[in-house]
Amino acid sequence: MQIYRFVVQSGQFDPRSVGYLKDVLALGFNNLQRIECQDLYFIEGQLQQEELQQLALSLLTDPVTQTTSFEALPAPQISLNPDTIRVEAALRPGVTDPVAGQIVRAAHELGFKGVHRAATGSRFELMFDTCDPQEQASLAEKLARQLLANPVIQRWTLGEITPSFPEEAASSGAVEILPIRLLDEDGLLEVSINRRGALDLAEMKAIQAYYRAEGRDPSDVEFESIAQTWSEHCNHKTFKAHLDISLPDGGPAEPAVVDSIIKTYLKAATDSIAAPWVISAFVDNAGILEFDDDFEISFKVETHNHPSAIEPFGGANTGVGGVIRDVLGVSAKPIANTDILCFGPQDTHLDELPEGVLHPRRIQSGVVAGVQDYGNKIGIPTVNGAILYDAGYTANPLVFCGCVGIAPRGRHHKNPQPGDRVILLGGRTGRDGLRGATFSSMTMDAQTGEVSGASVQIGDPITEKGLIDVILRARDLGLYSDITDCGAGGLSSAAGEMASSIGADIELENVQLKYPGLAPWEIWLSEAQERMVLAVPPANISALQDLCDTFDTELTDIGEFTGSARLVVRHAGQVVLDLANSFLHAGFPQRQLKAILPEAHSQPADNQDKGSDTTLAKKADHSSTLLALLSHANIASKAATIRLYDHEIQGGTVVKPLAGILNDGPSDAAVLKPIGTRGKRGIVLSNGINPEYGKVNAYRMAWAVVDEAVRNAICVGADPGRIAVLDNFCWGDPKRPETMGTLIEAARGCHDAAIHYGTPYISGKDSLNNEYLGADGQRHAIPPTLLISALGQIEAVSQAITMDLKKAGNFIYLAGDFQPTFGGSHFSMVTHHTSSEDVPAPSPVAPQVYRSFHQAIQAGWVKSAHDLSEGGLAVAAAEMCIGGRLGLHLDLCIVPHRSARTLFGETNGCLLAEVAPEDTAAFEKAFENKPILRVGSVTSDPVLVMCMNNETQLSLPVADLVTAWNPVPELLRPEN
Amino acid sequence: MKPKALILQARGSNRDLDVMEALTLSGAEPIGVPLNHLRSRTTDWHAFQMLVIPGGFSYADALGAGKLLALDLNSYFADEINAFVASGKPVIGICNGFQALLKSGILPEGNDRQRASTLTFNTQGHFECRWVTLAPLSQTCIWTKGLNDNITCPVAHGEGNFQVSDLTLINTLSSLDQIALTYTHPDGSPANGEYPANPNGSVLDIAGICNPQGNVLGLMPHPENHIHPTQHPQWSRDVSGQTGLGLFENGIKYAAGL
Repeated sequence: MQIYRFVVQSGQFDPRSVGYLKDVLALGFNNLQRIECQDLYFIEGQLQQEELQQLALSLLTDPVTQTTSFEALPAPQISLNPDTIRVEAALRPGVTDPVAGQIVRAAHELGFKGVHRAATGSRFELMFDTCDPQEQASLAEKLARQLLANPVIQRWTLGEITPSFPEEAASSGAVEILPIRLLDEDGLLEVSINRRGALDLAEMKAIQAYYRAEGRDPSDVEFESIAQTWSEHCNHKTFKAHLDISLPDGGPAEPAVVDSIIKTYLKAATDSIAAPWVISAFVDNAGILEFDDDFEISFKVETHNHPSAIEPFGGANTGVGGVIRDVLGVSAKPIANTDILCFGPQDTHLDELPEGVLHPRRIQSGVVAGVQDYGNKIGIPTVNGAILYDAGYTANPLVFCGCVGIAPRGRHHKNPQPGDRVILLGGRTGRDGLRGATFSSMTMDAQTGEVSGASVQIGDPITEKGLIDVILRARDLGLYSDITDCGAGGLSSAAGEMASSIGADIELENVQLKYPGLAPWEIWLSEAQERMVLAVPPANISALQDLCDTFDTELTDIGEFTGSARLVVRHAGQVVLDLANSFLHAGFPQRQLKAILPEAHSQPADNQDKGSDTTLAKKADHSSTLLALLSHANIASKAATIRLYDHEIQGGTVVKPLAGILNDGPSDAAVLKPIGTRGKRGIVLSNGINPEYGKVNAYRMAWAVVDEAVRNAICVGADPGRIAVLDNFCWGDPKRPETMGTLIEAARGCHDAAIHYGTPYISGKDSLNNEYLGADGQRHAIPPTLLISALGQIEAVSQAITMDLKKAGNFIYLAGDFQPTFGGSHFSMVTHHTSSEDVPAPSPVAPQVYRSFHQAIQAGWVKSAHDLSEGGLAVAAAEMCIGGRLGLHLDLCIVPHRSARTLFGETNGCLLAEVAPEDTAAFEKAFENKPILRVGSVTSDPVLVMCMNNETQLSLPVADLVTAWNPVPELLRPEN
Repeated sequence: MKPKALILQARGSNRDLDVMEALTLSGAEPIGVPLNHLRSRTTDWHAFQMLVIPGGFSYADALGAGKLLALDLNSYFADEINAFVASGKPVIGICNGFQALLKSGILPEGNDRQRASTLTFNTQGHFECRWVTLAPLSQTCIWTKGLNDNITCPVAHGEGNFQVSDLTLINTLSSLDQIALTYTHPDGSPANGEYPANPNGSVLDIAGICNPQGNVLGLMPHPENHIHPTQHPQWSRDVSGQTGLGLFENGIKYAAGL
């Protein structure tokens, strides 16, 4: 059959080419003058010339903006201009290519039955300021590697590429038996390493003991299944480990032993708070809370760090898709996404990158595009998030994806019965994502991208939209008795978990494959996206099939739930896995780990009245310090990213990510009023994260981020008595006792803070081994990073508060126990002054302050509110000015003679509130016996003035604040 | 009796529930019909007084936004839709629905390859979500006729840049009063191509067009996402802006009068 290449070229102005040129220049390739990108389509089939023309014209081309040429392959070489070189890239065989499938479908719909299959690609024509072919080629190769193609999913070449279609291999039933019964310790570890099982010796010995008792050796299907079920990702063995804890000097710590971090700190906090409005915590795919009389809400946050490091778009894309399935896994409708992203500095020089690491700019643009693509296409608003930068994230970016769901109360069941069918819904199974669960449990090295290429998945949001449509209707019709998503570990994990209480018998040959040739273990372990597993009584299958037909969703019956308490998997009838549930799900030895606690912080928290600030910052510098803070990458406007996400779809976004008179102020939290709910009640979504504090004091960091998540929710009007939280730990290698030590400290902080604020944990996730072994032999670890995500509720959305100043003449209050410190502060970062101080201390009175604050919001006395976080009081005040394009006159005689500390020091538990003059008495009364200070008023003159004892410390026009904070303001047309 | 609206749910439609909420509030009875049901079951198109093609990413925007849905419309429902349009019943395509109406040739009608129009990539080169102000202009269009106040509502698209292959088509659209909605500055003055008031670079700030008969409207922005006061980005500043309800009420009133 003939293959044809179609080249689609855009007219004079092509925004995509402009975007590439910008990226190229930002990476420092100054020799490039122009770049032009074109779409490639490869169509294989038997087609007449006229049909080819018709295909080009009616299917592949926008007649107004594009022209298309085509040729049969192999095509004769065409000589280009001497200053031009061509790079072409195409997807590797087996990588999901949704467009290719649509081309075939649409061609047939148009009547071109001769179209057999299709593939897509990209062409880049690069024009350099040199005509030296060798120099061109070397630059083009570098560009191709750095920007134009990702070898993990694409092949590329200088000149023309030939497409590769998935090989039509014979279906493989090959099952390997792994003789492990006679192996010694070294041999056992070798098996684990060779199969990338990430199992340690104790675990390998447990497996060996099981098979010795069974009198046989494991099949590869069994071994892979065990490795996956026992992986860090699925089993959280570090968080369940037995820990021996010592002090840095070797002495015993108090406590000296912790048996499971989850039990001791996280579940313990939830149990002790015992909130009656928590419906489900920790046990299901997502945590579930009561919302109103009719509905319950659910929340889950996942990480997708390692996949995003090697293929940013696909990694983030499937991270979003995965967490949406978690919410579907509790039978809820996904209604909001949140994404917190951590990257390396965007101005990192190419030469500074460790080998095998993508440039942080490329990682950021790919990750953001991945988040945007999935959320927008599936139709879920992305309403909350954060973006942080640190050199520690260069090789190991963090991608936290969260999803909120809503469901009618009491409709979600997890009660599979013997005789129920095992039903696989959604996408087909390929080799994608193999060993993702164990991959995420390993330290990455320069070869990771190459070896783990198979771990990379590309999402297909439209297929997942079909799953939503089917599952929500199936739920309402009561068609299934259990449901879970196929995430890490694929069918092995999903079906294995569902069968863990009763048993199942599964036939792998029934699984629909994207292409033949998968070995049984590959089918069983594949992490192909957009799949869910349901337990369905046989009588309901045809009704479910109807729904699936309606929404173009594939349904496959792959077996039966049994009462055998064993998991049996067959391939073409032959048993390839036969394991007792008791071994698979409870047979792993508890991991034994050592922890060494960090040195107690040498500087006491109360040191802030010692010494003088004058050495830190002169008064004259305060203005430039504030501007530097506002333009710091962590604090500066994220509007350019936020606007890429649809935050309006589903019509429920009451407080949006951007607020204020010009819609560019940074909201503290999102407020949602879900469509279909009656009443006034709303959902509040916020987060807290602070790796700078994590570097200094993990225990206090945990307190600070719990406080930040709660504080942000309080700012917009959340009821402090109804906030649930989720923990996401991203840490380094837990086998290092020092790393384990900071992890314990953070977990202890999580526990203490949650009890303090009355915020139960309803779900959590840990991502460990966030380290990167560079070619230089050095370890590149991330800062200890804890994300706390809060799911709050507001009694009436009409009471929600935004952060923008509303009206000149109103007063400004500082609520909370103001204890500014420089430890871990952004002030220290922008002034390059390393502080020896500790990070902010827990605020004992914060819960009472927040209750009063909420009372004031309910009474309508608060016109705007914003929290003090990175950059302290001055940045909070500046952002309020930006939001309302109004000025502030503040007189801060709070910490005498400590102007820098007052303006820029960071503290827990503090908020700024704008109150109308007529409400001040009532407002102050609500804060009786609590720390509250009237610090100034709103001015119509748009200038931020901050004084101490009538002496002006800082005076800046709001326009200057805006320019520093958002150099590409909303009202200017972006450069093109 | 409330006019029945057929909400065509294609593979990848995702603002179907949003527009159904808007229609319900405006007095219609919206009924979501999956495209596969329209194909496989006998659907009585005559039972419906309105047709709505909602926003979304039909077929994931493969080969251009709306392109493959347009192909479906022409392959499977050409007769039904032509009859629907010819009978004067109100039809509206929002965002992806507009893209499909345009690429199927239903809008601006009489579309030929020499004088074609399209919705192409935003000039800034990416998807963008922001609130815009719209001037309802056309008095031929039954959806915008008589609307005096500018509508505020969000856009959320990457391919909303209305362009034509031949500027004489613009003159035709203008002379036939087919330019239904244009982007303006918040104060109502013409956007004149200035970003972000014109959020995508559309020629003549065109946000929506209708057919010469006036019963078919396609528009990129989402009036269905401004139907409650607390959806407005500045409701907390006591700013309300004109909702999108008037537009839907217009269509519904017209359908009821047929």
